[in-house]
Amino acid sequence: MTGLMGDLTGEDIGVTLGGREILRNVSIAVRPGDFIAVAGPNGAGKSTLLRVLAGLTPPDAGTVTLGGQNLRGMDRRALGRSIAYLPQERTVHWPLKARAVVALGRLPHGAGPLRGESDVDREMIAAALQRTDTDALAERPIGELSGGERARVLMARALAQDAALLIADEPTAGLDPAHALQLFETFTRIAAEGRTVIVALHDLSLALRFCARTVLMKSGAIAASGLTRDVLTEHEIGRVYGITAKVGEIAGVACVIPVSVRP
Amino acid sequence: MSSHRLVALLGCAAVAAFGLSLLFGVGGFTLSGSAEAQHTILLEVRLPRALLGFMVGGTLGLTGAVLQGYLRNPLAEPGIMGISGGAALGAVIAIHSGMAQTFALALPLAGLTGAALATLALAILAGRGTGSVTLILAGVAVSSLAGALTSLALNLAPNPFAASEMLYWLMGSLTDRSLTQVWLAAPLMAIGCAVLALTARDLDALSLGEDAAQNLGVDPGRLRLMVVTGTALAVGAATAVCGAISFVGLMVPHLLRPFTNGEPGRLLLPSFLGGAALVLFADVALRAISPLGELRLGVLTALIGAPFFLWLVLRGRSEMAS
Repeated sequence: MTGLMGDLTGEDIGVTLGGREILRNVSIAVRPGDFIAVAGPNGAGKSTLLRVLAGLTPPDAGTVTLGGQNLRGMDRRALGRSIAYLPQERTVHWPLKARAVVALGRLPHGAGPLRGESDVDREMIAAALQRTDTDALAERPIGELSGGERARVLMARALAQDAALLIADEPTAGLDPAHALQLFETFTRIAAEGRTVIVALHDLSLALRFCARTVLMKSGAIAASGLTRDVLTEHEIGRVYGITAKVGEIAGVACVIPVSVRP
Repeated sequence: MSSHRLVALLGCAAVAAFGLSLLFGVGGFTLSGSAEAQHTILLEVRLPRALLGFMVGGTLGLTGAVLQGYLRNPLAEPGIMGISGGAALGAVIAIHSGMAQTFALALPLAGLTGAALATLALAILAGRGTGSVTLILAGVAVSSLAGALTSLALNLAPNPFAASEMLYWLMGSLTDRSLTQVWLAAPLMAIGCAVLALTARDLDALSLGEDAAQNLGVDPGRLRLMVVTGTALAVGAATAVCGAISFVGLMVPHLLRPFTNGEPGRLLLPSFLGGAALVLFADVALRAISPLGELRLGVLTALIGAPFFLWLVLRGRSEMAS
């Protein structure tokens, strides 16, 4: 890790877009080594919160600081070395080869069409390809890959960024169970290295199993936040999603089963 | 093909085309007349023509590649922002008003003024936002307005001679340009091209969309400023001196993209060299086909360009079918 490390703190974040309040009074503090799930119904503000934390959307109220430094006004490339952001959108506009997509993760470190790649760049790209099980795809044009393969290649781009924080918006959407599991195991390892991982997701079982902490959002505000097993209870899930859910264990693995929509 | 080899190959092609443009004239490879006349032909007729062909072709190829990368649209071309339309309008007004006859540089200066006004209108219309859609819309608005006013000037031409002069100018040409015109336009084109070349890394990042690009260090406001300023200087100056030479900026990046594995940043230098080579070769061919200069360069590039596009469509269709 070469970027700025330290705690990422959002205080009383408020975002208003087109006259609509998307986030209000959201506070969140993460430390190195945290693996945090951000969950909540569609439209709860998960993606906006992630964008604010990644420094892409400046908040209309409140501040976001990284290691005590306000994100607003930070040099963008320095920010890119500290925070890797993986958007939900998976469009790649040109027929790039998978490896070239992953290499884009090295842009904040100075690689690019003018300078080329250093040994460190090459190492990081190779490691990212390996961690996402995409070695074999490296020389294939991205347009020829399946949706799941493309998602993994884009994940590898974020990993190649070698940032202290990784913020991913629904990274498992469209992945088969094997690759979703593999991805979360990778996140767990990344967090164990002392990095921070923040993931927005809908699969509450994955959150319960892998993420130590969960932020549960509803209508632009935090509905519950804390240790995942305290947050993702049948009562809270029912209250926030409007469903009846069962939380339990199958073969020793924690899981959440949505049973029915509440009338 | 590695990108170094591609650049070397296209560089050689551009240099060869430049040499050919100097050596090959209306009378073939032989120069007639006294030594002094030969000197004059070489330095005052062919050199400005070859220099402009190199600069203008390169400018169009590079701008096309940058705009296609920036707008993430393979159909983008240098005229899309309305700047060349503004330059053309300025030149047409200069001919219409008779100002073009008053002094040697009146025509290109009027073209530059038109380009500057179009850029100003573009900046005001597109506002302070950073999205590419507003920029395209603003560009369409500016070029439609410039086009409408150009038609008006043609419509109200004082005499048929002025009308045909305007039409000929609009078709684009490298003939009868002086070294003074080169010195007027070349520095602007060079600065514009340098600014555009600096966007390479940001264009690569934009392949993943605006959010990911921002995360990779792209400042969207700064990038847009660079793209608009670079295009305004480069294309504004090129059009002010040579008129609108169509299809080069659209065709060259398209043709070279497969050789750079689709990477938009690596496409820039090849597109500059490819554009220069294409315009110079086309201009040499023009002298062979039409020694009296009745056929215009812009018409020839369009005649090459349109079938090329047809082929692209057919190829795309068969690829989709298979």
